[in-house]
Amino acid sequence: MNNTQSTELLFEISKTGRRCHRLPVCDVPVDEPLESLLPDAHRAAEPPPLPEVGEIDLIRHYTNLSTRNMSIDTNFYPLGSCTMKYNPKRHERFAGLPGFAALHPLQDDETLQGMLELLFHMQEYLAEISGLPAVSLQPAAGAQGELTALFVAAAYFRDKGETQRKKVLVPDSAHGTNPASAALAGFEAVTVKSTPGGLVDLDDLRAKIGPDTAVFMITNPNTLGLFEKQIQTITTLLHEQGALVYLDGANMNAILGITRPGDFGADMQHYNVHKTFTGPHGGGGPGSGPIAVREFLAPYLPAPVVVQDGDRYRLEYDMPKSIGRVRSFFGNVGILFRGYCYIRTLGPDGLKDVSEQAVLNANYLRARVAEGYDIPHAGPCMHEFVASARGLLREKKIRAMDIAKRLLDYGYHAPTVYFPLVVPEALMMEPTETESRETLDAFADTLLAIRNEEPDMLRTAPHTHIISRADEVKAAKEPVLRWK
Amino acid sequence: MGLSNLRYAKSHEWVSVTDGVATVGISRFAVDQLTDVTYLELPKVGKTVAIGDEVGVIESVKSTSSFYSPVAGEVIAVNDAAVQDTGLLNEDPYEKGWLMKVKLAAGAGIDHLLDQSQYDAQIASEA
Repeated sequence: MNNTQSTELLFEISKTGRRCHRLPVCDVPVDEPLESLLPDAHRAAEPPPLPEVGEIDLIRHYTNLSTRNMSIDTNFYPLGSCTMKYNPKRHERFAGLPGFAALHPLQDDETLQGMLELLFHMQEYLAEISGLPAVSLQPAAGAQGELTALFVAAAYFRDKGETQRKKVLVPDSAHGTNPASAALAGFEAVTVKSTPGGLVDLDDLRAKIGPDTAVFMITNPNTLGLFEKQIQTITTLLHEQGALVYLDGANMNAILGITRPGDFGADMQHYNVHKTFTGPHGGGGPGSGPIAVREFLAPYLPAPVVVQDGDRYRLEYDMPKSIGRVRSFFGNVGILFRGYCYIRTLGPDGLKDVSEQAVLNANYLRARVAEGYDIPHAGPCMHEFVASARGLLREKKIRAMDIAKRLLDYGYHAPTVYFPLVVPEALMMEPTETESRETLDAFADTLLAIRNEEPDMLRTAPHTHIISRADEVKAAKEPVLRWK
Repeated sequence: MGLSNLRYAKSHEWVSVTDGVATVGISRFAVDQLTDVTYLELPKVGKTVAIGDEVGVIESVKSTSSFYSPVAGEVIAVNDAAVQDTGLLNEDPYEKGWLMKVKLAAGAGIDHLLDQSQYDAQIASEA
């Protein structure tokens, strides 16, 4: 991160007449005047105002910008809840094979048989891993998966005439997308409290379940990295009232091949293929958020789904109760493709190993971080854990944000901060299974060293980056959304 | 304003009552937890509110939080200056950063709210 090159825009370094390439004069004889080929009215009066730069300036511009980026390929990235694991490069090579990359989604099914077969098997794998037999690959990311599943639930209850079910229950440790999805799908979100131990408060849940409950959305393991041990009691309570249980699958990396949401009573779930099954992410996507549901919910899934007819594969549109499309074509196929490669590479035993190693790494890091930070909830944890800087705030007025910013100086991506909301000054860390013990130790040593650094210096970190503390208030209130 | 006369809701709103009108804001502790406030949504003047009703939204660089009415009655004024300049909440949550004034409903009071020492004990356990 010692790149001092300018980040001026191409428009700013533009010089009239400068070119990367000069095209030769047209050597095709043109007999007719241009006017008769393309009438004046359809021609621009002047060339478009594109930047005019030399090739070396163009290459430097983009190469230098790329070095400003922090990525899993350059830095340890313990961003809690985001599963920033290594994305194998061989998936990129496979995804670029012309037999896949050059397909057009509007081609006839008959000419897409390889891709359709792959997507069909991806549906099957996701059904097997979740224990929920019916899958839609369409949702473009986790939050859209949640929304799609709630639309499916709403359609199911409408179909059954149970329109009094207006409420979706959400624990207070949930991802913010849960209540947002509930509201967008036309439900009222009701918060369920956590116990001091960080699990769903069963008494509060019992008090809030009623004949108006449609769905309970639960993340398991939850955002504190704790497995909800009373999950079967919870799902039974909901089912006794005729309500559905939705599993937020953001944390599937902890339970692959170990337990299945369908087996512990969930009726619907989403996956984050880009997280659990290595679609490159962190730069804004694309994601992929397929959902898996029980058989009785299958008729309501978005159409089309991929089906097998003998030895052929096709898209099934004949789904009269379907909620309709939620995404163009077949979803974010490029990410589904990488997820397929990952699942096929590892196989059932390999996937189980992924989760075991992810949990082991998280517990190792947790124990190291506990040498200098409060960890409010008792371990062991699953694939992630939440530390708190509340002690530092009390003693030295150092906040979680200061520690997160200072980590950037040492070449680490910051953990997730101030989430989940139930932990003050939260620092949420998810190392993933792909990190070595040496990396985890180096990161933990850095965190412990930062603890003893000069508070004034921490409050103005980072110090080695081109931008230090951004004015977040101004950015939120007066965002500059375009150049000039 | 003498802080010792304030009463508090568990959800960190403060209340000060003069002549049957409750002035409501959020505590210094709550503001410090939120960090820099960027956006404020307050109820409409004339709205009838009950204890615990969600009446507004406070958005900061860190999170978005609901703001609950600690008293029952009718909203008779809101702090438009704070909506315009949300920095007032961070600078002065007990004076310039007040949020709304509620004319207490007949028989409504503030006895259900925490006094200063009870509130101090609560935040000591949360901080």
